[in-house]
Amino acid sequence: MPAHVPNAGLSRRDLLKRTGGLAALAAFTAACGGNTGRPSSGGGSGGAKVNLAQWYHQYGETGTQQAALKYAKAYPDANVTVQWTPGDYDAKLASGLLSSKGPDVFEGHFNIGMVKSNQVVPLDDIMADVKDDFQPGDLATNTLDGKIYGVRMIIDPQVIYYRKSLLDKAGIKPPETIDDLISAAKELTTNKVKGIFVGNDGGNVMGGPALYSSGGEYLTKDNKPGFTDDRAAQAFGKLHELYASKSVLLGAPTDWWDPTAINQGLVAMQFIGMWAVPGMQKALGDDLGVIPFPKLDAQAKPAVYSGGWTQFVSTKSANVDAAKKFVKWLWIDKSEYQEDWSLNYGFHIPPRKSLAAKAAKLQSGVAADTVKLTQDYGYTDNPAWTPKMGTAFTDLLTNVIKKGADPAAEIAKAEKTVNAELSRLFG
Amino acid sequence: MSAPAKASADPAAPGERQGTRRRRHKGIAGNALWFWIFVGPFVVGLLIFSYLPIIWSLVLSFFEAYNTATPSKFVGLRNYVDMLTDHNFLSSLGTFTIFAVFIVPLTFVLALALALLVNQVKIARAFFRSVFFLPTACSYVVASLIWKLSIFNGVRFGLANTVLGWFGIENIAWLSTVDPPWYWIPLVTVRLWLQLGFYMILFIAGLQRISPTLYEAAYVDGAKPGWQVFRYITLPQLRATSVAVLILNLIAAYQAFDEFYNLVGNVNYARPPLVYLYSISLGSIQDLGHGSAGALILAVIIMIVTLLQNRIFGFGKAGD
Repeated sequence: MPAHVPNAGLSRRDLLKRTGGLAALAAFTAACGGNTGRPSSGGGSGGAKVNLAQWYHQYGETGTQQAALKYAKAYPDANVTVQWTPGDYDAKLASGLLSSKGPDVFEGHFNIGMVKSNQVVPLDDIMADVKDDFQPGDLATNTLDGKIYGVRMIIDPQVIYYRKSLLDKAGIKPPETIDDLISAAKELTTNKVKGIFVGNDGGNVMGGPALYSSGGEYLTKDNKPGFTDDRAAQAFGKLHELYASKSVLLGAPTDWWDPTAINQGLVAMQFIGMWAVPGMQKALGDDLGVIPFPKLDAQAKPAVYSGGWTQFVSTKSANVDAAKKFVKWLWIDKSEYQEDWSLNYGFHIPPRKSLAAKAAKLQSGVAADTVKLTQDYGYTDNPAWTPKMGTAFTDLLTNVIKKGADPAAEIAKAEKTVNAELSRLFG
Repeated sequence: MSAPAKASADPAAPGERQGTRRRRHKGIAGNALWFWIFVGPFVVGLLIFSYLPIIWSLVLSFFEAYNTATPSKFVGLRNYVDMLTDHNFLSSLGTFTIFAVFIVPLTFVLALALALLVNQVKIARAFFRSVFFLPTACSYVVASLIWKLSIFNGVRFGLANTVLGWFGIENIAWLSTVDPPWYWIPLVTVRLWLQLGFYMILFIAGLQRISPTLYEAAYVDGAKPGWQVFRYITLPQLRATSVAVLILNLIAAYQAFDEFYNLVGNVNYARPPLVYLYSISLGSIQDLGHGSAGALILAVIIMIVTLLQNRIFGFGKAGD
């Protein structure tokens, strides 16, 4: 068509071009709202099943993701979509919880900020009948002002595993005090093998256990800093001594939570969780022993951080009741799934006493020893210990362990931050 | 289609005049439409993803905003005061300064040297240019992982440690050692590898704009090829490019995040401002009030430094 012909309206081609441009724009903006990990239709109307989004961090053991999907699929009363999150789960979860596009049900670690910001709903009603079947510590770590906010899914004790053969060869006994641990690490170090692996940051993960093994704690019962006395300073100083002894492995391709370092023979001992026991047994067989984080001295006792993961229901969920029902179904009623999750991939202690008692895989060998140590020396997180306090504590550890700063001065700095947080939270 | 063609030949045809007018009118409207179709998505994107968050940050920075982007507790300037007295934030600015001291001059000198070399190559010039430019296409995250896991890992089978091993030198935990601060070597080299090519291309473009007559005149006047010509012809002529490279480089250094986050993580001895702000506002702490205040303080610092640089080097005058 020549250019000068008057055009009564848009030609077909023009129309296509223009609407195409607009459609591309619309598609672009729509795509930005994209994948939230939940099915496209929300809300629970009428007889149709509601949709629930369940978020997990990435577990290292093979088969865990398939298991999570299997449980979700087996739930009869809702369509549950599993979001499996590699990388920085805490950050992703924190932003997911800001909006209603986040999870309905998620795993995480409880702290008072979640209640202050109204992120999680109390679960007392679904916990009422089974409360007595949980360990007191696992209840306390998820309780605030008398309300239970989460259902413990798994308990993950963190301890030190060692190669029996290497200790025997060096003629040393499993360490009983921190000083023993330092000298053992030194003696076990050769030009090919380092004494111990405590993480690429030089041992921050042992800050909590070291504090508890000195008789201290993060916060006292009446919510005051509990890490400020001389014994705590002494314990942090010992962590520096270990780091400075040149017997810790640094710069490994994997970090402390992964057993590759001990499995490949890079170290004789490794601080790690019980989850890694199946992996270590596969690589090392029976050449494996376990000790708790050793006591500071004769006045104190060893410490085992009893970590783990807890299931929560988001306040922003459009289907809070359906989400609570699902949590009850999976983590309270379906004991075979809880057993499967605790024992068939990595090893975790089932939080239900009734299940833990009959967990055959945890009744022999190094796993049984770990369970025993957890019973004797385990401590759980205090919900009033917020991530901001945790960061101040980590900074303290980094400065003391790596830079050799004066523990007392660093404690004073962390104490200031912790006190500011405490006064924000408790007035 | 001859009939309409004939009609158009007749200027007096009333229908045609009207048609032209309408078409001209439609043409302008059409141009505007096309303008918005092309520019619109970017404007919309800029508004939604840049300006709105900046305004929102400004609002958030005056509130106590834990775990929420719609806070209600107004705290005035307290977040700003907290950030300006926060030793972690101040030390992150210190970390940045050390980083900039290494990276800006190194990038400048090496990119210029590479550009001079590649520009003088007589054969396979395009090949050399591409080879040096290629790393720019690599992502910071990918490069950081290669640096961390294979080149600079701390165990005996890391590339750097293997090479040191040939000379009987003990393994070095590159990223975990603070005394001496070996972690700067991976941090600086990964950025150099990634960005040298880009700045080299800028310099090559600058070099090619220098008129050959200047060099000819210099030789006629007896200038010696080499340092003298470089110092008195090439360098002054590259002034515009040099200033641009310095400014871009410094801003890029201020925005350092990826390689720090992936190589050393959130550690307080090597934490540039963005990693620190990310950790307090978008990590598990979710303190968006302090984070926003810090981000705005950082933005103001970057603006001031850029303006100062302009004042000192004269970006505006550099058109000559």
